[in-house]
Amino acid sequence: MQAVSGGYNYKKITDYTTYNPVTHNSKNMSGNMNLTLKVWRQKNSQAAGKFVTYKAEGISPDMSFLEMLDVVNESLTLKGDEPIHFDHDCREGICGMCSLYINGRPHGPKKAITTCQLHMRSFSDGETITIEPWRSAAFPVVKDLATDRSAFDRIQQAGGYISVNTGGVPDANEIPIPKVIADEAFNSATCIGCGACVAACKNASAMLFVSAKVSQLGMLPQGQPERYSRVQSMVAQMDAEGFGNCTNTGACEAECPKEITLTNISRMNNDYFSAKLFREEHAHDQNGD
Amino acid sequence: MSLDAKIPQGPLAEKWSKHKFNLKLVNPANKRKYDIIVVGTGLAGASAAASLAELGYNVKSFCFQDSPRRAHSIAAQGGINAAKNYRNDGDSVYRLFYDTIKGGDYRSREGNVYRLAEVSVNIIDQCVAQGVPFAREYGGLLDNRSFGGAQVSRTFYARGQTGQQLLLGAYSALNRQIHLGKVKMYTRTEMLDLVVIDGQAKGIVTRNLKTGEIDTHEGHAVLLCTGGYGNVFYLSTNAIGSNVTAAWRAHKRGAFFANPCYTQIHPTCIPVTGDHQSKLTLMSESLRNDGRVWAPKTVETAEKLRKKQISAAEVKEEDRDYFLERKYPSFGNLVPRDVASRNAKEMVDEGRGVGGSGFAVFLDFADAIKRLGEDTVRAKYGNLFDMYYQITDENPYKQPMRIYPAVHYTMGGLWVDYNLSTNVPGLYALGECNFSDHGANRLGASALMQGLADGYFVIPYTLGDYLATIGPKPVDKNHQAFEQAKQDAIAHINKLLALKGTKTVSEYHRDLGHIMWEYCGMARTEEGLTKAKGLIQQLKADFWTNAIVTGENEEINAALERAGRVADFIELGELMVTDALMRRESCGGHFRLESQTPEGEALRNDDEFAFVAAWEYKGENQPEQLNKEELVFENVKLTQRSYK
Repeated sequence: MQAVSGGYNYKKITDYTTYNPVTHNSKNMSGNMNLTLKVWRQKNSQAAGKFVTYKAEGISPDMSFLEMLDVVNESLTLKGDEPIHFDHDCREGICGMCSLYINGRPHGPKKAITTCQLHMRSFSDGETITIEPWRSAAFPVVKDLATDRSAFDRIQQAGGYISVNTGGVPDANEIPIPKVIADEAFNSATCIGCGACVAACKNASAMLFVSAKVSQLGMLPQGQPERYSRVQSMVAQMDAEGFGNCTNTGACEAECPKEITLTNISRMNNDYFSAKLFREEHAHDQNGD
Repeated sequence: MSLDAKIPQGPLAEKWSKHKFNLKLVNPANKRKYDIIVVGTGLAGASAAASLAELGYNVKSFCFQDSPRRAHSIAAQGGINAAKNYRNDGDSVYRLFYDTIKGGDYRSREGNVYRLAEVSVNIIDQCVAQGVPFAREYGGLLDNRSFGGAQVSRTFYARGQTGQQLLLGAYSALNRQIHLGKVKMYTRTEMLDLVVIDGQAKGIVTRNLKTGEIDTHEGHAVLLCTGGYGNVFYLSTNAIGSNVTAAWRAHKRGAFFANPCYTQIHPTCIPVTGDHQSKLTLMSESLRNDGRVWAPKTVETAEKLRKKQISAAEVKEEDRDYFLERKYPSFGNLVPRDVASRNAKEMVDEGRGVGGSGFAVFLDFADAIKRLGEDTVRAKYGNLFDMYYQITDENPYKQPMRIYPAVHYTMGGLWVDYNLSTNVPGLYALGECNFSDHGANRLGASALMQGLADGYFVIPYTLGDYLATIGPKPVDKNHQAFEQAKQDAIAHINKLLALKGTKTVSEYHRDLGHIMWEYCGMARTEEGLTKAKGLIQQLKADFWTNAIVTGENEEINAALERAGRVADFIELGELMVTDALMRRESCGGHFRLESQTPEGEALRNDDEFAFVAAWEYKGENQPEQLNKEELVFENVKLTQRSYK
């Protein structure tokens, strides 16, 4: 290519409707995988749901799972049918919004990733894929594949914080924290609140989710003053939301896209029992004005 | 109309302190008589809502996602700058200020940027107190890394998930105030319009995304913390839902939109693989601490790489061009983003691009792995490497990453003064939603800093001054302006739902993205921009006759949500092109081919363009009016930016 001033070669495009920079940029426009999808459709939380079968054709192995659904939705839209509704936002595995139960597993067959990071190369041509929403009484379906996970927010609101106001805090380096503790707290803090742990659990338990926050703050020096009140407030809210109990099957850990470990649950149990048995006097909510 | 930025008089280092003293206060007992609306729950929105509620105001907080924790700040990777000088490497508030002004190519305000640098240190303290698990050294103190455009190490980080950790910190502060009843949270609720009474912002119109219900909310002030508009390009590193609608509707109600053409194209993103692509994924700038950017020296070698006849590892050292290290020996791989992006594009334009498409250069970690070991590299960047592997099916520990620039951030936004107030009294804009601190190019790790500075440490002071001025009298929620704005929103929705044409909204969005990327992307010309303007006008007309919008209002309807957002993006796209056409100079991320130095760097024209372009909406299909805010530099000397 001939470089013009400053090395910039300005492409002349005559008609935008036929020009597509992606065709210039891409190695494969569309693929040759054909799939059958069995998708849960449910108009709203009151309506009864059912599986509906769709064909997904010309799918590229480089597509993400959600991009495959985009393709199906485009074709439904062109036919005037209502597209399949699913929650999604960042599409880079961090916002926690995407939440599909694929072939009986939250976030599909691959370990340690969210649905949006699952790519079609993980499936074979001709395969039938079953797609459902998270199934839990505490996560009611709002439409098709999307559920209401506000119970998670309410648990965090019950105590998932350190009570400090803006301003008037000590210099950051006045609180030295051993690296191993900081790293371990970070590992717990990587929870994205997607709810895969609940969806994976036969009891629909939220223990992994709750324990991740309890552990993160309970390990750090800043979190000590409210350590025991926090765990009790959060667990009480968890129970109020109707999540089930933990029976140590470990399905949550196996399916967690961020690999949050069962150790968090042990830490939470430890703090919870410690609070109940020895520290009842600290159990009141310290967060009132 | 003349624009008064209300920058306090006096020496730079004293402006903010003096201003804080001069601002009026609202006494504690009166604070509970005020209602504040905060739209958006990212770093700026969550920190503002929590901080204002802590002060005693009643806050209503809104987000379109199912939880405030989903806001796209969560995806920020690399880090947050602060002038702590914990490294003893020569950092200071003044140096962070200077780097940011220079990095922005002298198109931002001295007063604002200095304040940003000044409060940066408080942010780190605040976050640590909240329990944000920043990276630490073995002695237990905080660790730092380097970012582009700086020669000191001032970036605090939490592996490659700094945005997540900071947002969860702000979210926890917000949750505490929700628990205490000081914040009422509205999730899955989208702002559709601003309510203005007698020239003052007094409320918003929202749509409940679950039921379709259109509501109005009144407040003494409205804070827009709704992020940037990068999705005007269709493909960007933004979340799918990121949109300009709240800011754009506010613009149509009178708020000026400043410097819309200043967009940041981030140099290190995973390249596009096909037409199905729905978004682009960033590979953090922090990777340029250890990764080396290169392209083959010759087109022939590049051709062999593209055809997979050879692998990257087989290209001999002398056949590689580490072009950033070669051209910018002082800053090397850590030049600012606009410079790195343009250079990558140059390689590709010369035919030296790699990967199947040829639209990529390498980011190579082989040296770092040799020097530090794979485990150290994994500890620093593990999640990024995993993400790359997942998306590309290539192992970055074994072969270099392929990267290419992608739209990442928008420096333009609603015009605000020093108090973060738009020109509509009572309407404020915080974080990426405003235009104020990054000039024509934002430095890495400064977005998190600005979002939190605005929310934690600026608005709690400046908002009180306005509230004290207007007094605590309740807003008249029966004023006809509320009903009128609501009816306007309903009419707009009905117009969208009536579209039963032949082309999907996604296709229009993709077309808009193609036009913007091609003509208003990394390189811009008078001819291309003029053409783009016509194309966007055609696209707009076509959209409103031929788009398909399925479903109805009274249900969850993603197609309707998308249609409203894309309709606004189309209008914004035209304004961006208008702004880029007006600005006949290059600066930062705005690169006009007609204006470059002999070395191909951005050539500013300070005599004619050292101003903020604040565009005023004049009605449907009317040209927008340009208002200028002259930029005054009293402390730094405007020079040709050099990173050599």
